[in-house]
Amino acid sequence: MFTAETLQKFDREVAKYPADQKQSAVMACLALAQEEKGWLPAEAIEAVAHYLGMPPMAAMEVATFYNMYDLKPVGKYKLTVCTNLPCALSGGYHAAEYLKQKLGIEMGETTPDGRFTLREGECMGACGDAPVMLVNNRSMCSFMLPEQIDKLLEELK
Amino acid sequence: MAILGAINPVLMAGLDGDNSWQLKDYVARGGYEMLKKILAENIPQEQVIAEVKASVLRGRGGAGFPTGLKWSFMPRSFPGDKYVVCNTDEGEPGTFKDRDLIRYNPHAVIEGMAIAAYAMGATRGYNYIHGEVWEMYKRFEAALDEARAAGFIGQNILGSGFSFELFAHHGYGAYICGEETALLESIEGKKGQPRFKPPFPASFGLYGKPTTINNTETFASIPFILKMGGESFLNLGKPNNGGTKLFSVSGHVNRPGNYEIPMGTPFSELLQMCGGMRGGRKLKAVIPGGSSSPVLPGDVMMDCTMDYDSISKAGSMLGSGAVIVMDESTCMVKSLERLSFFYYEESCGQCTPCREGTNWLYKVVHRIENGLGRPDDLDLLSSVTTNIMGRTICALGDAASMPVQSFIKHFRDEFAHHIEHKTCLVPKDVQWAGSGFHKVAS
Ligand SMILES: Cc1cc2nc3c(=O)[nH]c(=O)nc-3n(C[C@H](O)[C@H](O)[C@H](O)COP(=O)(O)O)c2cc1C
Ligand code: SF4
Ligand code: FES
Repeated sequence: MFTAETLQKFDREVAKYPADQKQSAVMACLALAQEEKGWLPAEAIEAVAHYLGMPPMAAMEVATFYNMYDLKPVGKYKLTVCTNLPCALSGGYHAAEYLKQKLGIEMGETTPDGRFTLREGECMGACGDAPVMLVNNRSMCSFMLPEQIDKLLEELK
Repeated sequence: MAILGAINPVLMAGLDGDNSWQLKDYVARGGYEMLKKILAENIPQEQVIAEVKASVLRGRGGAGFPTGLKWSFMPRSFPGDKYVVCNTDEGEPGTFKDRDLIRYNPHAVIEGMAIAAYAMGATRGYNYIHGEVWEMYKRFEAALDEARAAGFIGQNILGSGFSFELFAHHGYGAYICGEETALLESIEGKKGQPRFKPPFPASFGLYGKPTTINNTETFASIPFILKMGGESFLNLGKPNNGGTKLFSVSGHVNRPGNYEIPMGTPFSELLQMCGGMRGGRKLKAVIPGGSSSPVLPGDVMMDCTMDYDSISKAGSMLGSGAVIVMDESTCMVKSLERLSFFYYEESCGQCTPCREGTNWLYKVVHRIENGLGRPDDLDLLSSVTTNIMGRTICALGDAASMPVQSFIKHFRDEFAHHIEHKTCLVPKDVQWAGSGFHKVAS
């Protein structure tokens, strides 16, 4: 199910917790599984559960509880824009509108070419850098005014 | 730049942005000296805790509970592991100081946690880091590797016989995990749903073991407090409000960012440090302590000083130190609508008053904002909040209610106008003009 590299990363996470508490690594392992697969199909969640010796249902509960897991396929680049109030005051809301217009999709949708998925996010703890967006859960982009958004979309081929 | 402005900085003193986070830089600033001294001189645990008490350091995560007192709740003789856990799940809208702390001064957090572990006899620790700041999580892990290699954490630290294993745990998008018991559930690999208290974490915490949870800034303050002495730290601020504090200023100011200033600094001075109001517009309102704290009208805020007591006297809370500044272009109904959506979205759903109540709050504010408000909606909102408050497992219920109550209390006219005239008091072309987005577009 997973590459040797991913499994190695699983082990590194498991090692952070007491030997009888492997389940503690489930969040990290699900995130790594998602990184490898692009999203989290049920089989991947089950495989993670199996790896950690926990009931698949318990892993499924975790995968559905936390917002950053994708239980459905997403585009090559998932763009999450923070629109919470502190960001909105400095353009977060406008940045979201601008992206919708540019990509021709609504929040939660994926462009027909499968390149971009757009998400509305909650506070990312970066409100001083508003407008902010997160690319594929990993890379935070700050001060995303129109020019910067245009540039980013160009770069993400 | 690590920090945009400061008066007598402690936590952020001597930093040079991304160039000075490493172990060698921290050591050059005098870092890890306190840990070394405590271990070398075998300073009694009680003495460390007494010094923290003397500083009157109050938890920087939002509730402001005295840290030294919290530490003294940990059972002394407990067979087996005890834990210290750092809360870097910074998700309270408006707060972005802990991100900068683990980015620019991660070793201060590590040293603070190691000293805390020593003082409470803990052997293992975790730092729970907010999901969206992956890059900072990697930064903190890199700092942990450095500290481990140098022998500041791990087994038999500096040959003292004291051992402390410390790891980072990465969150994945759930505001509620900032609540300390939800955070523990989350580390245990479960849904982040808060536990009933009591028992408190000091007796039944992570994996059922005694656990102390503190905010990132709280831990980061520890080495500096011990170095300068508790009383000197206290005297940087004012009585009962010790030390300096990081304030995350967002919204309609010219230079949003983190500012480290002594407790008790006038708000007007902080506003000045931020370059004043964007576009010279008029200050309308301030949420002084993160989105969960009651909003205050601008003129009330201008008379406050930045400390627990002054802000609480004015009717709000210092909370996490997240100062959200709003100018006259802000529609208060739309602002509250967005906050109410947030709490509705992030309620973990365990308690009926919170699950149903936050849904109602959002629905009603949403319809007022969209011109469908009814004459008795403001009374309805107020009764929903009283039905939530004090009837839930965790404080998210109160956190969702306080913005609603305070927005209506101070800006009732705007809500009434929306309901009666189905439009906003702030003209459409003025609304959000302060955001600065489109100005740059043209
Ligand atoms: C809904 C909710 C969210 C919270 N989020 C955070 C947070 O992001 N960071 C934090 O340090 N404390 C947060 N807290 C407070 C913690 O429960 C806890 O009081 C704090 O981490 C204790 O540390 P301190 O005493 O050093 O402040 C939150 C509380 C609630 C009820
Ligand atoms: S108050 Fe809300 S968030 Fe807290 S435990 Fe109850 S339902 Fe969950
Ligand atoms: S509100 Fe957008 S990052 Fe905090």
